[in-house]
Amino acid sequence: MSILVDNNTRLLVQGITGNEGLFHTQQMLSYGTKVVAGVTPGKGGEWVLEGKVPVFDSVRIAQEATGVNASVIFVPARFAADAIYEAADAGIPLIVCITEGIPIQDMMRVRNYLDQKGVRLLGPNCPGLLTPGEAKVGIIPGDISIPGNVGVVSRSGTLTYEVLYALKLVGLGASTCVGIGGDPINGTSFIDILGMFEADPHTEKMVLIGEIGGTDEEKAAEFIADHMTKPVIAFIAGQTAPPGKRMGHAGAIVEGGSGTATDKIAAFQAVGVQVAAHPEEIPKLLE
Amino acid sequence: MNLHEYQSKHIFAEYGIPIPHGRVASNSTEAKQIAEELGGHVVIKSQVLVGGRGKAGGIRLAKNPQEAEEIATQILGMEIKGLPVRKVLVDEAANIETEIYLGITNDRADRKPTIMASSAGGVDIEEVAEKTPEKIVRVGIDPLLGLRDYQARDLAAGIDLPRDHWRTFGQIASGLWRVYLESDATLAEINPLVITSRERLLAVDGKMVIDDNALFRHPDLAEMRDLDVEPKAETEARKYSLSFIKLDGQIGCMVNGAGLAMATMDIIKLHGGKPANFLDIGGGASSEKVAAALRIILSDPNVRAVLFNIFGGITRGDEVARGIITALEEVKTDIPMVARLVGTNAEEGRQILSAANMITAETLVDAAKKAIAAANGGD
Repeated sequence: MSILVDNNTRLLVQGITGNEGLFHTQQMLSYGTKVVAGVTPGKGGEWVLEGKVPVFDSVRIAQEATGVNASVIFVPARFAADAIYEAADAGIPLIVCITEGIPIQDMMRVRNYLDQKGVRLLGPNCPGLLTPGEAKVGIIPGDISIPGNVGVVSRSGTLTYEVLYALKLVGLGASTCVGIGGDPINGTSFIDILGMFEADPHTEKMVLIGEIGGTDEEKAAEFIADHMTKPVIAFIAGQTAPPGKRMGHAGAIVEGGSGTATDKIAAFQAVGVQVAAHPEEIPKLLE
Repeated sequence: MNLHEYQSKHIFAEYGIPIPHGRVASNSTEAKQIAEELGGHVVIKSQVLVGGRGKAGGIRLAKNPQEAEEIATQILGMEIKGLPVRKVLVDEAANIETEIYLGITNDRADRKPTIMASSAGGVDIEEVAEKTPEKIVRVGIDPLLGLRDYQARDLAAGIDLPRDHWRTFGQIASGLWRVYLESDATLAEINPLVITSRERLLAVDGKMVIDDNALFRHPDLAEMRDLDVEPKAETEARKYSLSFIKLDGQIGCMVNGAGLAMATMDIIKLHGGKPANFLDIGGGASSEKVAAALRIILSDPNVRAVLFNIFGGITRGDEVARGIITALEEVKTDIPMVARLVGTNAEEGRQILSAANMITAETLVDAAKKAIAAANGGD
């Protein structure tokens, strides 16, 4: 069992004919994800991957023809905000944006618009989701995780893979792994996902992977104290990050003394959440 | 990316925000000439991207063109917090009665822009926020609507601005909103916005920070980047789309993924070492990128060992290892290299790297310890 994506996910890929889009569509299909349509404006009517997936000119046309219920976006940063609006306006309830480098003002408008429409966006600048054995939406390598009862939520990419793989090596699997992305303004926060895991009967415990910047982790700590019964293990990256510098992710920055790893770790410890000293400690803390 | 005061104020003026008469000068002769044009009584302001210019002696008044020339000579010879002063702004000196703060920035937690005003202008706003937060008035802006006139009036009333100035203040706030919006700024700030003895509002100092991710639609702003503020290695890394930040330790780090790169730095510190850099080489770890990254890491003379920490997912461990070997053939070095590959086909990858005399490690902890030992001269 899982959250957000599963066997019933009928996926649309926006930007399916680009290098990244095509490559990862192949990977998702091989994993067993039901990729039922793609969109590239101007290429409607074509088929990709030896006739496996039809391409449409717009999300609305793809939606009417195939009945998709989720979309994953691989379009370049300068067109990504428009792609999100297009998916939202076509009534797609779950939008996953992989694209990195979207201007922050674009994202502020996108987020405020989506909130009014009640559409869920995951990302941007995220690896997507993986429900092992059922569906892979995005770019998380499929073979690094097995089905299980650990819910994983993270702002990172490879660091998450690292943790999934470490869990697999000790026989632990994931219910769903969710990358919420490394941007300062994103669609879904830790508390949204923690709430879904808390409600999912097959998730028994959780791993939360945070990093410097913003106050999402502090809010998560508060949420855990007030609303959660299942155990959560946390890890925070960036203890050695210098202030005022963006550490790769646009959102990973300590500004005006706020957003430090020390504060976040303290916030979790204050509510009794165990914080791993390093990623390899996580499997042990879950036992 | 930060803009200089003179660049920010130039943009402000394009949006109808009143600024003092003045121009930027690269030498003292030019400074003298500008002072003559402005009638002699001027302020000479160093253009460097650090705070505290005034305290460092980088902002001074001159009573006449001769004095302007002398002061410009002195300021242009200064270094402020390690940065050379290459330009000075020569502005007409204003007779300041009142100093106000007005700025627009992103409220990350609220996911919208916020406009702030304070009657305590002329000092660092973060200091005001800390000591006298009640003196700052904030109004959230709906990004889909933009700044409304009533919000500017609320600000003016909130800082007890005399009613005579509300109309002009509103025009300035509206101009600043358009500056923020149309420049893709993450900060557009007037500090101070002054009321002069002639009852005029004037933006005496300005600061802008531009969203790096939005520079593709602002080629004119992208050209304004001041390379003095960043180490050369960071400028070089940007050419290869590598995310690199120089630090002051001895262990170079080459990692795929920003989160994993931070975690790698942290674990080095946890075991008593110091990272020399943050580096995210991105997905794939192709030999060209690894070679470019390695050259940048090794350009730092403090580096005593390099730690590779690569997660092989879709790009498998053996492919990553072959990429590293190709890069090492191109970039010759005696610096010890420790590699930790993890994920798909990691074992095959490790064998390839061992055969090439690299120190290999299975776990992150083991890799950090081996890199620290190698940096300390052992292995």
